[in-house]
Amino acid sequence: MTHLNDAPSPRLEARNLTRKVDGKPIVDRVSIKVFPAEVLAVVGPSGAGKSSLLRLINRLDEPTDGVVFLDGRDYRELPPRELRRKVGMIMQMPYLFPGAVAENIRFGPRQRGEDLSDDEIERLLARVNLPGFSHRDVSRLSGGEAQRVAIARALANNPEALLLDEPTSALDEEAKAAVEALLAEIIREEGLTCVWVTHDLAQAARMGDRVALMEAGRLLRVGAPEEVLNA
Amino acid sequence: MLNQFFTDPISLSVAQALVAVFMAIGMMLIASWAGIHLEKEILIALVRGLVQVVAVGAILLYVFQGPTLIGFAILAGMMLLAAKTAEKRARGLPDAFRVGLYGIGVGAGSIIALMTWAGVIDTKLTVLIPIGSMIIANSMNATSLALDRFQGEVRTHVGHIETALALGAPPKTAIRPYAQAAVRASLIPRIDSLRSLGIVWIPGVMAGMLLGGSHPVHAALYQFVVMAMILAVSGLTSLITTLIIARRIFTPAEQLAIGPGE
Repeated sequence: MTHLNDAPSPRLEARNLTRKVDGKPIVDRVSIKVFPAEVLAVVGPSGAGKSSLLRLINRLDEPTDGVVFLDGRDYRELPPRELRRKVGMIMQMPYLFPGAVAENIRFGPRQRGEDLSDDEIERLLARVNLPGFSHRDVSRLSGGEAQRVAIARALANNPEALLLDEPTSALDEEAKAAVEALLAEIIREEGLTCVWVTHDLAQAARMGDRVALMEAGRLLRVGAPEEVLNA
Repeated sequence: MLNQFFTDPISLSVAQALVAVFMAIGMMLIASWAGIHLEKEILIALVRGLVQVVAVGAILLYVFQGPTLIGFAILAGMMLLAAKTAEKRARGLPDAFRVGLYGIGVGAGSIIALMTWAGVIDTKLTVLIPIGSMIIANSMNATSLALDRFQGEVRTHVGHIETALALGAPPKTAIRPYAQAAVRASLIPRIDSLRSLGIVWIPGVMAGMLLGGSHPVHAALYQFVVMAMILAVSGLTSLITTLIIARRIFTPAEQLAIGPGE
């Protein structure tokens, strides 16, 4: 196994990342590197600051202290929209916009004046195993289908990295397994760099190249899944 | 009957007020006989209402003799109070007083100015103050409704708004459907009242003009004019208010600054 320090420069790097709310740190001096095409699984009890850490990485929240580097560049140098285009996010809930599936998938590229063709939409839908769903109204989707549309919508932006915030925990058992397998496949094939937050240790072991354990806003341990999860 | 005993208008008014008070007290006695005891509240409300409204009448008596300028000063004061009231509906929204003041000031201010310039509103203080205050009051209601609805929409759609931001959308795009819903919600009561005008109710201006002996068609038309002004001011105010507040809930780094329930 290659030593990670020999790997190329990190795609994402958080340095001393801190966010305080009402003086209380919810993310506390977190420093971590995520390398290209690597999946970093972040685990920890609820309230550990896992989701808060994700929201700092695509700058949905502002850090009180510290900074994130995207491909070595201070993320504050990028316009927030550009940063968020490059660092996509899948949330626990799909939060689809009312209307047709295709309109949801067009949303990201349209913000930059790009209009996806029907073929491109069909290709993205096939990617998430929903061929022919383009004209379906989002109100008529199952939970698993809706989450897969959300994944296709995020992929339409051609992100370099993907932040996943408990992407399967609102789904029933069957859909959970299917969506996890689908994400695993897409991440591998596209070579996406991921930070995957989960409270499910088994999922972290399956998905993570490395696992980070958080507690009370601090990063306690980072390493190979078996090291971190069995400690 | 009363006018047979009271010939001078002031004593006639006082006598009429006394009759109205007796009528209300009669209702109170019937209610207390039925076991509903609101004597204290009713008596206090009657005294308070009488004193307040006579005081306003006395102030107007003084003000109406002043220059037109004083009318505009009074309307400006009303706008400040209106913004203060609307602010209460918007607790948790940033800078709500100032946002309300801009909305009411520009919305009501421009409608009053335009209508006065066009000659629809007379610069006589007896017209300018009551009609102006009506426009301001409706502007305030529109602001309250818009801010309240906007706040509700945003708090229930935090996930959707942040998803749009996370997909690279500008705040303007992320907030648009919820801002539109707020403006629409603030206009619906105005449209409804314009639609039912005259059928379900004969509103204040027309009633007042009829009582004052105006020609019924003339009174009806002026009432319509007032209602149309109210619709215009409501729409303009809630648009301005919503546009401003929709910007202020985002930080310079395009982050949503309010959460689902604060």
